[in-house]
Amino acid sequence: MQRKISLIVNNELVEVEVNPGSVLLDLLRDTLKLTGTKEGCREGDCGACTVIVGKLKNGKIKYRAINSCLYPIGNAAGKHILTIEGINTDSLNKIQKLFYDEGASQCGFCTPGFIMSLTAHLLTHNKLMYDEVVNSVAGNICRCTGYSSIKRAIKELTTEFVSNSYELDDLINKGLVPDYLPGIKERLISINELISERSECLQKHHKIIGGGTDLFVQTPEELFEHDLTFISQNDMCEINFKGNRCFLGSTVTFEMIKTSTELQQYFPMMDDYFKLVASLQIRNSATIAGNIVNASPIGGMSVILLALNASIIISNKEEKKVFHLKDLFLDYKKLNMEKDDIIEWIVFNLPNGKFNFEKVSKRRHLDIASVNSAMYIDDEEGIVKTVYISGGGVAPIPLFLKRACEFLTGKEINKENIIRTIEIAETEISPISDVRGSADYKRLLFKQLLKAHFLKFYPQQIKMGDLL
Amino acid sequence: MKNLDTEKHIKGKSLFIDDFPTPDGTLILDVFYSSVAHAKIVSVDYSEAEKLDGVKKIITAGDIIGENQIGGIIHDETLLAENEVTYIGEPIAIIAAKDKRTAHKAKSLINIKYEELPVITDPKEACEKGELIIPPRIFSCGDIYNTWDCCDYIFEDTVETGGQEHLYLETQGSIAIPVEGKKIKIISSTQGPTYVQKAVSKVLNIPMHFVEVDVLRLGGAFGGKEDQATAFGAMAGLAAYILQRPAKLVLNRHDDLVITGKRHPYISDYKIGLNKEGKILAYEVSYYQNSGACADLSTPILDRSLFHATNSYSIPNVKSTGYCCRTNLAPNTAFRGFGGPQAMFVIEAAIHKAAEEMGIDVEEIQKKNLVSEKDVTHYGQVLNNCNAQKCFNQTTDLYNYNQLKLDVKKFNSENDQYKKGIAIMPICFGISFTNSFLNQGSALIHIYTDGSVQISAAAVEMGQGVNQKLRLIAANVFSIPVELITVESTNTTRVANTSPTAASSGADLNGNAVFIACNNLLDRLINRAAEILNITDPKLISIKNGTVYISGEKTDLAWNGLIEQAYFNRVNLSSQALYTTPEIYFDKETNKGNPFAYHVYGTAVITSKVDCVRGIYNIESVKLVHDFGKSIDPVVDKGQTEGAVVQGLGWLTIEEIAHNVNGKLLSDTLSTYKVPDIYFAPDEIEIEFLEDSENRFGPLNSKAIGEPPFMYGIGGYFSIINAIKSFNPKLEINYSAPITPEKVLMSLYGK
Repeated sequence: MQRKISLIVNNELVEVEVNPGSVLLDLLRDTLKLTGTKEGCREGDCGACTVIVGKLKNGKIKYRAINSCLYPIGNAAGKHILTIEGINTDSLNKIQKLFYDEGASQCGFCTPGFIMSLTAHLLTHNKLMYDEVVNSVAGNICRCTGYSSIKRAIKELTTEFVSNSYELDDLINKGLVPDYLPGIKERLISINELISERSECLQKHHKIIGGGTDLFVQTPEELFEHDLTFISQNDMCEINFKGNRCFLGSTVTFEMIKTSTELQQYFPMMDDYFKLVASLQIRNSATIAGNIVNASPIGGMSVILLALNASIIISNKEEKKVFHLKDLFLDYKKLNMEKDDIIEWIVFNLPNGKFNFEKVSKRRHLDIASVNSAMYIDDEEGIVKTVYISGGGVAPIPLFLKRACEFLTGKEINKENIIRTIEIAETEISPISDVRGSADYKRLLFKQLLKAHFLKFYPQQIKMGDLL
Repeated sequence: MKNLDTEKHIKGKSLFIDDFPTPDGTLILDVFYSSVAHAKIVSVDYSEAEKLDGVKKIITAGDIIGENQIGGIIHDETLLAENEVTYIGEPIAIIAAKDKRTAHKAKSLINIKYEELPVITDPKEACEKGELIIPPRIFSCGDIYNTWDCCDYIFEDTVETGGQEHLYLETQGSIAIPVEGKKIKIISSTQGPTYVQKAVSKVLNIPMHFVEVDVLRLGGAFGGKEDQATAFGAMAGLAAYILQRPAKLVLNRHDDLVITGKRHPYISDYKIGLNKEGKILAYEVSYYQNSGACADLSTPILDRSLFHATNSYSIPNVKSTGYCCRTNLAPNTAFRGFGGPQAMFVIEAAIHKAAEEMGIDVEEIQKKNLVSEKDVTHYGQVLNNCNAQKCFNQTTDLYNYNQLKLDVKKFNSENDQYKKGIAIMPICFGISFTNSFLNQGSALIHIYTDGSVQISAAAVEMGQGVNQKLRLIAANVFSIPVELITVESTNTTRVANTSPTAASSGADLNGNAVFIACNNLLDRLINRAAEILNITDPKLISIKNGTVYISGEKTDLAWNGLIEQAYFNRVNLSSQALYTTPEIYFDKETNKGNPFAYHVYGTAVITSKVDCVRGIYNIESVKLVHDFGKSIDPVVDKGQTEGAVVQGLGWLTIEEIAHNVNGKLLSDTLSTYKVPDIYFAPDEIEIEFLEDSENRFGPLNSKAIGEPPFMYGIGGYFSIINAIKSFNPKLEINYSAPITPEKVLMSLYGK
């Protein structure tokens, strides 16, 4: 089961025999005794285990913050890992100093995770905006401070860098990142050459792992014991455009979609959707196909893609198949896929019309939805040409609201038709009571979210009072 | 003012239990626990688990050398269940294995058979069935029965508050190391080192001086490690002692959530009577506390609910009754506020309802009934230095409450989709353990020959900054740089018989002890300095900024030189001191006395905004004036306040503990139990330190800070309710917390 894995941790080359299905956190803490990285929950919900992963791509290292508790060692091979120990110097660096001055660390358990998230943000940007810096720590939970002191520290940090764009050298000169960073690239290149010689292991094993952010929450023991196939570095990790169609590679991460400038043109609110869906650490690892095959009835990506009437391209040893995403979901966690099928691409038409995504959960951000919904609508002179509506948390599967869409197509946008659409949609759903809410609540909430779509799309024509 | 703890935290160099380097051969422990809420254990088959490679031993109740009993106040809690289990998560066996993975796997191979018994999860049902841990407790004053007739208005209702998970980021854990001569050392993440020491001594049947407990720091606690860390210390101790190998037990998050208790949910019935002017004449309340399966700290928690039944209000006729109801949930336990928040929520709900029904403003009733100087509480304590009205008035003036209220009104009249709400929340919280004997702090100070100073005290550092406060107090007494002073781990061999660090009192009790011990040393040093400088009257000698002065004149004698000279002259450079809070007592028969050294006061204004399409909300701002006394460390105190406010808001809004009827915790992961994140936290928390507050009971005139600001969060609940009401004025409010987005949406569109 064990494999030899090579990676660079901070400034050291690390070569270990290890189960590829173990997680990075355990390697850091148990094997390398780098205990500055903490275990808080082992499900990617607290951020105490945040470290920075550097990946070589096209001759450059791209850094990003991830949850090491869900990051399989198999994905860490050939990467550069930065932990709190790797960025410490004799004195406190600017971020650390600000945390110190503002009292932004109380019990101290979450603190290294915050520092690493902020450091990753510095490494991945060349300019600081307060809101973006706040978002970089949105996946880090602190139970002591109430975040006020952390926000003050971030404000100061932003002020420090205000209106100045900066380069890696500037960060090194300021002592914010270690001075060995520029030398890492060459070292990673030589490691990766070795790895490709050893890459005989890329056949289909027990399970295929993308980001692992859900599988390593659900069945870490099982994954530890089996050989796995890691696909997150394959060729499908790209977003392509052909004509008015968008091709999302199956291993494209949430964050890649969120930061795609092309997609942002079509989905100006996309930043907000993704902030609701997952923390930055998760977005940096989680893949789009992983989210789809997980088949969760409230999967954020599935709900969004259903309302884009997306198709998926599936391949196995014999053939390639294409079908609509809405035909993929058969029943609770049951997919229209064979054992050897792998999703390669997700394809959708870039929207001409309006698109909106809504999600409500107990906590606004970084919580699993009680109910979510997406809607795409294309109308001409007030008449609906095309409409796609989806809903999550209201059925055993991510639901495409077929009858509601059929009704509204060709109709005029007015109060009566909207109310009727919502009535029809209600007949299509079958929510159940669980920890995320009672069935009655989900039913009401779903109707409200449908109203929210229309209120957003037609602020002039439709008023809240019309839909009460 | 260098805070040494913070500096280590920021570099990731602070050690928590799971970070300690452990000796080779350390066994890793895991806890096998009940998966049903109430049952007889028919049989347990450990054979498959024991066969697993790497499993050293599975320890059960039968292996316990001494007493299988860890109940602190009431002896009703076994370390390991033997014949019967009474909640899901109740420990049954300890697995000792070579590593975490093996121990965890072994757990899944244990085969247990239960004969299930009826399950109670509802406190009122428990009460009806006589499942009370102690007889009902009643605190009262005046005569409510003859007052109802004099009231112009009487309102009655039932209100509920939910539980709350501590979610200390560091889970429960302990390391135990056998020491020669049948002794044992425990490194524990506990607020109560002596509790752990006692439990280990009892379970192993060895005297307490054979047990050393060391606590370096806690990765958060909030009350969750006051009593509940004990079991895990005892389990590690038991395993290490039996196997004579070091053993480590660190719970994973899921097990921590399932096994350990939470804030007590309460169901409360009240009746309130007022006159036309809004003066409260009588208040009757019954608290049904969901205590869980064992007493734990439920009884003093219930008492604190009774003490704080009237929050900041002076009510002449009060009858408050408390029931500790035994249910089949994990034993609920201490959590910041210790029963106070639950009671304060009830009186605030009563006032809110009264104001609604009478058609007057809530703040009018609040203000009219605020306690004032020399008022006597329903438990017989005279209020001295009462700052309730000062805080209330300063808050409304400073933040211009009337304007804020108008702004909210204007916003609501101009918006359909969003509504705002505003609420005022005054607090009054008594400081001292209500079990008077616990009000003792102790400190041991060493001065070394190079002039450096080392403090050991009973206080445990858990992020509340007590170490820094102790250093500042010592630096203040000696008048030397704080850099010369360190605070050591809390260790039962250096400081014995420690009270737990709880009740917001850690800095008060131990700070006063440090103050006394330092002054003892200072006296000796001053006498020695007088001898060195040939001054007959030591009163002329002082130390300022590390230098000795005679009658205000600087000398050449510096701190280091003085210490060296003192050593050569065989002066005792160590001092131990005990501080006991004076003047406090409480009669548990009459439930009258002077239980608190003093009270902490404050008032907050909270504004929130509700999205009436989606039923979601955010707390926009919290603005408050708080009575800190003379703050020893404003950075620490501000941080405690901000943290408490947000934790309080969490309790009342999004933090929902859910159980099913079988007593199974449904919110048993961090993906189902949500605590505030950076976006939930209010955009604005403004804190004003009340001026001119004196407190002779606090070190350097300071006041306790840990718990009181938590209760400002209650105002968050009412601000949301007020926003909902402005959208749906016909709504009959069901006063039930937490007010989750589900409840908000259902209320917006309910009747």
